[in-house]
Amino acid sequence: MITREKLAGGLAFLFAAAAAPLAPEWVVSLATIAFANALVVLGLVVLWRTGLVSFGQALYYCIGAYTVALIVRWSGFTDAFALVALGGVGAGIVAALVGFLLARYREIFFAMLSLALSMILYGVLVKTETLGSTDGFSVSTPSFLGYRPHGEALGLSLYWFTLAIDAVAAVLVGAYFRSVAGSLATPIRDNEIRVEFLGVSVTRIIHTKVVIAGVLGGLGGALAALTIGHVDPAMSYWTTSGGFVFVTILAGAGSVAAAFVGSLVFEMVRSFAVDIMPGLWQMVLGSVLLLTILFLPDGLGSLVARLRKREEAKP
Amino acid sequence: MSLYVRIPFALAALASAAAIAPAHAQQAPIKIGIVSFLTGPAASPFGIPGRNGAEIVLEAFNAGKAPAPFDKVGFGGTKLEAKYVDEAGSVQNVVTEFRNLVQRDQVDAVVGYISSGSCLAVAPVADELKALTVFYDCGTPRIFEEKARSYVFRVSPHATMDGVGAARYLVAKKKNLTSFSGINQNYAWGQDSWRDFAGAMKVLAPKATADKVLFPKLFAGEYGAEISTLLTSKSQAVHTSFWNGDLESFTYQQSARGLDKRMTIIMTTGEAGMWRMRDKLPDGTIIGGRGANGPLARDTDINKWFHQIYMDRYNTPPTYPAYQMAQSLLGLKLAYEKAKKGDAKPTTDEIAAAFKGIEFTGPAGHVKMALGNGHQGITETAYGTYKFNKQKNMPEIVDIMRFPAECVNPPAGIDADKWIADGMKGAKC
Repeated sequence: MITREKLAGGLAFLFAAAAAPLAPEWVVSLATIAFANALVVLGLVVLWRTGLVSFGQALYYCIGAYTVALIVRWSGFTDAFALVALGGVGAGIVAALVGFLLARYREIFFAMLSLALSMILYGVLVKTETLGSTDGFSVSTPSFLGYRPHGEALGLSLYWFTLAIDAVAAVLVGAYFRSVAGSLATPIRDNEIRVEFLGVSVTRIIHTKVVIAGVLGGLGGALAALTIGHVDPAMSYWTTSGGFVFVTILAGAGSVAAAFVGSLVFEMVRSFAVDIMPGLWQMVLGSVLLLTILFLPDGLGSLVARLRKREEAKP
Repeated sequence: MSLYVRIPFALAALASAAAIAPAHAQQAPIKIGIVSFLTGPAASPFGIPGRNGAEIVLEAFNAGKAPAPFDKVGFGGTKLEAKYVDEAGSVQNVVTEFRNLVQRDQVDAVVGYISSGSCLAVAPVADELKALTVFYDCGTPRIFEEKARSYVFRVSPHATMDGVGAARYLVAKKKNLTSFSGINQNYAWGQDSWRDFAGAMKVLAPKATADKVLFPKLFAGEYGAEISTLLTSKSQAVHTSFWNGDLESFTYQQSARGLDKRMTIIMTTGEAGMWRMRDKLPDGTIIGGRGANGPLARDTDINKWFHQIYMDRYNTPPTYPAYQMAQSLLGLKLAYEKAKKGDAKPTTDEIAAAFKGIEFTGPAGHVKMALGNGHQGITETAYGTYKFNKQKNMPEIVDIMRFPAECVNPPAGIDADKWIADGMKGAKC
């Protein structure tokens, strides 16, 4: 079963990469943003499997984005590989630090504490007039190991770059899910005390998960900053975190691939809703979420599992 | 059941992926994307009046009913087609929707944006895509100061004029001013507004000092503590750039405690809220409207025309965002017609070249694209004092003072912040 999933994931990845030059530019830029945000969602999935919901994932997203934006602003350094890596590392360091606190909390306390931390960053950035306060500031276009594309080539380069990072992240997170620590996610959610009696430190496992989710959030933010070319404090606002939780509910925690598909579907539905109902698009998004919760409580990812079950049930 | 849920998703995804606009035919209408807040807190005071302004002005253009020299049908004889898009959402959404307008819907120009954050994020993308873009309401001078732009224009003057104009009016009306205070929302607009106003006061009334400088958070809605603080101050005036809900909450809460009896309130965007607050807005409040817009506009034929068509359709007077939208569309129309040679459609580069440095007179007065290498407009501004006319049951602005464009805007090539800090040198009043 695992090999079949890997094969499907690999093929989907190759298809997504190969189809881009044929797709219109706006689809490519929309997909780039969706796949950048998917990394944050993937981080939420990592936490979700343990029964933890973070309403403050925007903290890492914003740190990743501002790390990239500030390095470009102050040093003029534009290499995308190094910038995105630094964005991930920056967010990872912060996650490791706040993880000492967060890992001790569960449920609503974990959610609210993470939200509070992201709002502290928001407050600090809003008060920083030299960085444009709520207006934010722009990030100049990146280069790729000396290659400086423009126009359509830039869009494609960013897309492939994002896709490549997504692929690496998907493989690593998939491997983590199959590892002992990763497999303990559901047991921790169901009964922490039993897991402790197995001789495993639950706090340490959750701390690791917070760091993994933080690094993924930072990478997503860094990619978003390069793709949009602008950063602002709203990236750390709680509604941004809420948006990621929304996509996580839509995608479900069933598989790694669901995060990417869910994020893409969300961006498309949002864009489509803005297009046809400029004054009511939020209602469309809300209805989609409601219908998902009602009919697909385990998210879009569970569709695959359902289909497979139906197939197996056939004589 | 899951299947039925799945179908709309798939359809939505397919439809949005397949909706590639067809190539342009020669006689096809000119497509204009109008972006404004259609939802959220900025929709009712700014977004909707702006959208409505676009709707009636574009209709008048298509009918060929706008007054001369704007009386050609559409743009140079070609009809216009508008597509309205919501500005609400993150900067990411705004940029994505901008790309969709340009690349998917293939609009010929985009007119819009209220939030300065949106404008700062869209400007580089517009230049990269070579998409003609006119910002209509966003205020930050940073747009053209940070970088020279090729395809981005802003007919409406930037926000520096609002702070400088408010300071000039206050100093002219209150001779013995010794102290002033400020209450502004803690985000870019509030911070910038206060910085400009306080900077201009330092130049114009060096003896007056800033006493209480308050920055409550955006959409706080409750200002009890701030009003108490202001009541302890000896200031003769308090500056605020509040808008919409915050402006109304503050006005009602302060009236109950008589702050306006102690000091004059200066509302730099008060004009957008006065038709709603009516007699709740205290007489004697100094009112601005981001330029000579609404009741602060001159009584010209083109202003009467715009006021009339807006009143006829929406049954309420146009506020400053509607004026800014009208001015932006008039400017774009003139630039388009100036670039058009014969029957062929002008290219974006030709329109941009024609737009540079253009001058015209619209409902909000004479515009000169003088700053940002011909991309940023300047106009005169006006401030006045609010009075609720009980006989007519109508708000009024009396005691209007006008300041020429060169008196309240920096000269070309000088950054607004620096101009104020250096004593507003070169101001022609």
